[in-house]
Amino acid sequence: MFKNYSWDWGVFLQPVSTGEPTNYLGWLLAGLYNTVVLALSASLIAFAVGVVMGVLRTTPNRWLAALGTTYVGIFRNIPVIVQLFAWYFVLPELLPDNVGTWFKQLPASTQMMTSAVLCLGLYMGARVCELIRSGIETLPKGQRSAALALGLTLPQAYRYVLLPVAFRVAIPPLTSEMINVFKNSAVASTIGLLELSAQAQQLVDYTAHPYESFAVATAVYILINVIVVLIMRQVEVSVRLPGYIGGK
Amino acid sequence: MIEINNVSKQYGTFHVLTDCSTKVAKGEVVVVCGPSGSGKSTLIKTINGLEPINKGDIRVNGTSVCSPKTNLSQLRSKVGMVFQNFELFPHLSIIENLTIAQIKVLGRKRNEAGDKGRKYLDRVGLKDQAAKYPAQLSGGQQQRAAIARALCMDPICMLFDEPTSALDPEMVNEVLDVMVQLAREGTTMMCVTHEMGFARKVADRVIFMDAGRIIEDTSKAEFFGNIEGRTDRAKQFLSRILQH
Ligand SMILES: Nc1ncnc2c1ncn2[C@@H]1O[C@H](COP(=O)(O)OP(=O)(O)OP(=O)(O)O)[C@@H](O)[C@H]1O
Ligand SMILES: [Mg+2]
Repeated sequence: MFKNYSWDWGVFLQPVSTGEPTNYLGWLLAGLYNTVVLALSASLIAFAVGVVMGVLRTTPNRWLAALGTTYVGIFRNIPVIVQLFAWYFVLPELLPDNVGTWFKQLPASTQMMTSAVLCLGLYMGARVCELIRSGIETLPKGQRSAALALGLTLPQAYRYVLLPVAFRVAIPPLTSEMINVFKNSAVASTIGLLELSAQAQQLVDYTAHPYESFAVATAVYILINVIVVLIMRQVEVSVRLPGYIGGK
Repeated sequence: MIEINNVSKQYGTFHVLTDCSTKVAKGEVVVVCGPSGSGKSTLIKTINGLEPINKGDIRVNGTSVCSPKTNLSQLRSKVGMVFQNFELFPHLSIIENLTIAQIKVLGRKRNEAGDKGRKYLDRVGLKDQAAKYPAQLSGGQQQRAAIARALCMDPICMLFDEPTSALDPEMVNEVLDVMVQLAREGTTMMCVTHEMGFARKVADRVIFMDAGRIIEDTSKAEFFGNIEGRTDRAKQFLSRILQH
């Protein structure tokens, strides 16, 4: 294996052959930057939408619950790559003419980033929704009754009683979702967004050193995982409740 | 204080409550008992609107619980409720459990709410537990804290749903003692409980339910004093419960 392959880790410091004022490491870093921007923006959307929809699914109001169920049904079950094409190729055509034209005049990278953020955000949001819902549902039913019996309104009961505990229950699965966002962000390369995996692919095309390129990209993804896990563990420890083990 | 008029409730075709009527006057202590599944919890939860009803009307201090015009959360804040499983909020310390609704519902200042919370913690014998979390207390302590939490809202009446049936036997009395003390102070109370000792000590009336109906609603003296005058269902129930 690799018998006739000449390893050269110095390749990253060579100037790129397209004439741009950067080196191959610069390309990877630009890709990493896009990956981080995409994953973090998508996570914010996923969290916000997921919490709202997760709460709706557990409300006593049938119509609100149905809204949440429909959202999950649509966004979780359609393959993310299909959704991405819909956001990027189809949606701009469906927008009112002036908005569509305005969108198509934006720099290509902005268009790709916007579509990818919305796509991943809403896709992951459907998964977060289910985690929040099951977090709320694992709480004893009496918690809601007790909150309401004290005179808290339903929104207050969620805000001060149900969600703070549901979040704690959901931290471990939310951690894996956070890692998933980074992993899934690679799908954005299919519409041309130069995120980390796309840049690694470019290095393969432009240099004769595919293994170094993918080795570094892989290492960076692993590093991201480790950082996410460490941060989330910190969060978990800092909100841990004395003597309390999970829901019921 | 509490008026329950011809209340019926059903889940699909199953009648949980059928034509229930009773009253609890100010300062009165009413004990509700009956076999499992007879609708006791459901009945008591209709009083503060936690369970909606299909027919009839319920009034608390003259305000209809069932009217869409009623501000339910305001009404609930005046009706204390204690649950079988305590239902303290696990992410809040004991004192925070006692102050959260005072602050968010009644709009009290944090330190005012804290003073009130500590006063009631002291009354239920938990002065030193204010900073602990619910999971760090025993069942009996948790239930006493839950009673204190309800009292902090200055309720006009208290509802109890089997407050001692999730407790280990050795902890039952510490909770009952608090309830007896409340009853003796003239608190209006409606208690679902099978603790007949408690009923004998402080109840004014006893309600016996079976299959969703109130089939006995009598004075304590009559209920315990005249066993022969009881319905067959109540006799059966009493003989089973008094054996223990
Ligand atoms: N959401 C529901 N859907 C259908 N049936 C229900 C529901 N909630 C309660 N019931 C039924 O209503 C009946 C009365 O329940 P309830 O909890 O009021 O009884 P209970 O007298 O408090 O019994 P226990 O002593 O076991 O607490 C039971 O047969 C129960 O199975
Ligand atoms: Mg019950």
